[in-house]
Amino acid sequence: MSTMKLSAAILALTLAFLPMPAMTALDATEMLADPALEARARALAKDVRCVVCQNQSIDDSGADLARDLRRSLRARLLAGDSDEEALAYLTQRYGDYVLMDPPLKPATWILWFAPAGFAAIALLLGLRYFRRRE
Amino acid sequence: MTAELGHFALTLALGLALLQATLPLYGASRGQTALMELARHTAFGQFVFTAIAFAALTRTYLVSDFSVAVVVQNSHSLKPLLYRLTGVWGNHEGSLLLWILILTLFGAMVSLFGSSLRETFRARVLAVQAMVGAGFLAFTLLTSNPFQRVWPPPLDGAGLNPLLQDPGLAFHPPLLYFGYVGLSVAFSFAVAALLEGRVDRAWARWVRPWTLAAWAGLTAGIALGSWWAYYELGWGGFWFWDPVENASFMPWLAATALLHSAIAAERREALRSWTVLLAIIAFSLSLLGAFLVRSGVLTSVHAFATDPERGIFILLLLGIATGGALALYAWRAPAFAAGSPFRPVSREGALLLNNLVLATACATVLLGTLYPLFLDALDAGKVSVGPPYFTATFVPLIAPALVAMAIGPMLAWKRGDLAGALGRLWAAALGAALAAGAALAYGETLAALGLGAAAWIGLGALVEWAERLRLGRAPAIEVWRRARGVPRAAWGAGLAHLGVAIVVAGITASQCFQSELILAMKPGDSAQIAGYTIRYDGTAQVEGANYHADRATLAVLRDDTPVAILTPERRFYPVESQHTTEAAIRTTFLADLYAVIGEDDPEAGRTVRLYHNPLVPWIWIGAIVMALGALASLTDRRLRLTMPVRRRQAAEA
Repeated sequence: MSTMKLSAAILALTLAFLPMPAMTALDATEMLADPALEARARALAKDVRCVVCQNQSIDDSGADLARDLRRSLRARLLAGDSDEEALAYLTQRYGDYVLMDPPLKPATWILWFAPAGFAAIALLLGLRYFRRRE
Repeated sequence: MTAELGHFALTLALGLALLQATLPLYGASRGQTALMELARHTAFGQFVFTAIAFAALTRTYLVSDFSVAVVVQNSHSLKPLLYRLTGVWGNHEGSLLLWILILTLFGAMVSLFGSSLRETFRARVLAVQAMVGAGFLAFTLLTSNPFQRVWPPPLDGAGLNPLLQDPGLAFHPPLLYFGYVGLSVAFSFAVAALLEGRVDRAWARWVRPWTLAAWAGLTAGIALGSWWAYYELGWGGFWFWDPVENASFMPWLAATALLHSAIAAERREALRSWTVLLAIIAFSLSLLGAFLVRSGVLTSVHAFATDPERGIFILLLLGIATGGALALYAWRAPAFAAGSPFRPVSREGALLLNNLVLATACATVLLGTLYPLFLDALDAGKVSVGPPYFTATFVPLIAPALVAMAIGPMLAWKRGDLAGALGRLWAAALGAALAAGAALAYGETLAALGLGAAAWIGLGALVEWAERLRLGRAPAIEVWRRARGVPRAAWGAGLAHLGVAIVVAGITASQCFQSELILAMKPGDSAQIAGYTIRYDGTAQVEGANYHADRATLAVLRDDTPVAILTPERRFYPVESQHTTEAAIRTTFLADLYAVIGEDDPEAGRTVRLYHNPLVPWIWIGAIVMALGALASLTDRRLRLTMPVRRRQAAEA
């Protein structure tokens, strides 16, 4: 797909609220023979982002890059990597951007802790509303 | 000629909007009736001229006028008539015109139904509505003119993205925009009230019907989009916490909060200034959504630079509308007197809890949606915020509201009796325990929580109805008399809560009890899923109107008896040179059997993905029930838009 057509498609897709399409996601021929290993691969792939897609995991995406990532993920698991090692292999190459579940680190402290802060503020506002009345 | 006519009409609409945004305000402050009355007529004029422009654009699509740029980019002479029509709003320029059409339609409706409003107030509402309208009309004319010609005209167009050539998606934007834009009326009412310095019970009563209508549209629009994603994207999911989805979900959360706080403001004069703030926030989130999806920041922060004009224009619009309204709020709201006091355990208290929970959840979705953009803009690294983050934060934050939902309607105004309410909800508690127990028997803790909550909320709504009717405690004739006397708004609220219960059950069951099977099949092969046998009978080539397809035939058998044939397709659209997958779905309304096909491997066979999704249709059924609840409330006598002033005062006395 040419760049122009791709950007036109992205524009059309972003008008309402549409994730990018699946052309062909995970193919049966890519799957591992060992069911336990394949189940681990599926679970991991669902939380790995297809970095050229709009908010799609590599498990759902039909992009060529997603297929390559699925293959290398399965290759790492076959080679005996743990889940953490397999993910670390991907983040070394693509950065944290590749993880759908953002890791906890200084740059994401606000992201992870603010919701609890919002809840605390809401609670305080609620309490203050009644205290002021009494 | 048609395109120029449309362009001209749009320019006239902008002229009228500018008049309407200024003169009536001056008239309202000077007490000049003629200037105030002007707004009522210009509101119609704006709508009529925008409708002419929209009709002109539609005509260029219907006759495939390839001298118009947007038609070239988004249409094709071979496209079926329906998609030539819906292609009008399948792109930036056309959808913006649809947005303005709905915006001016709402303005005209305020003018039509606003005869009971105070003269000065009506003039100010229409003036604020026209300010928003002028902003969007200027945006279209200056940066996104849909009537731009191309020379020389090409022989044919580039076609419409095949994913958008779908009936579900064709009607998703109009509904969604009806909701987004409908919130502009609540915004105009809020700003006008701040300008007047008066927020009373009548104000809350005027705001509610508009918010209800917008909320019904938003609910239906979001549901339609999610249904489309479910059957079209081909992996059985229905909600992805995609930034574009969040852009529609945030205004929905704010509008839901607004609907509830307006009840407290109308009935008890409580939470008035908060209700005004929510009306401002709800529409601001609509504008933010428009900015996010139209500026290109979503695909990448740097895509912003590819079309800085549009992005900056909407950002400016958002800044002026939200900033101006919030500044006015900060200035005027402290002067509003506090409403009647109430205890924490009371109907008002429950509505306040609903608002705090929804506001917290909405803030979290906003944070998660914008965080990657901020981090990238600050050069602090690139992160993705995907479904795991939103599930981990949103679900626990919203949970208290789900528990309180059944209790709130059972509490009295001002001071409620919690023990009494819980006692009367014993049937709902029993049902929740049974549902949770059944899920636990399958070893699913999360399902126990979700299904327990669904049963609690749903049965809670039924118990509340039964209480109102004294069902089982009074003779049938008395129950019937009471049923006729129950206000429509009470039926509506119960229906909406019942809808939430159905949605929660659908989401929980489809997440916790889904079965999935991905395998390569050759003709004659069979597979087992959720008690069904699926036999692959081969693939045929078929020709569609503007595509070729591989169509697989899958026979569904239960105990060796055929029950259905599934025919999933892989389509190729030559004009756009794109593939799409078409899922085949067999629904029993209790569960869906869902099949899609992938590529054909000469050795292994064709990849077939099979899903069994329990209760998944309930998600959309529940959303329809919620929207019906809003429509039922809209027909309530208290909210009737054209109720004359004198009768309303008599009714209040």
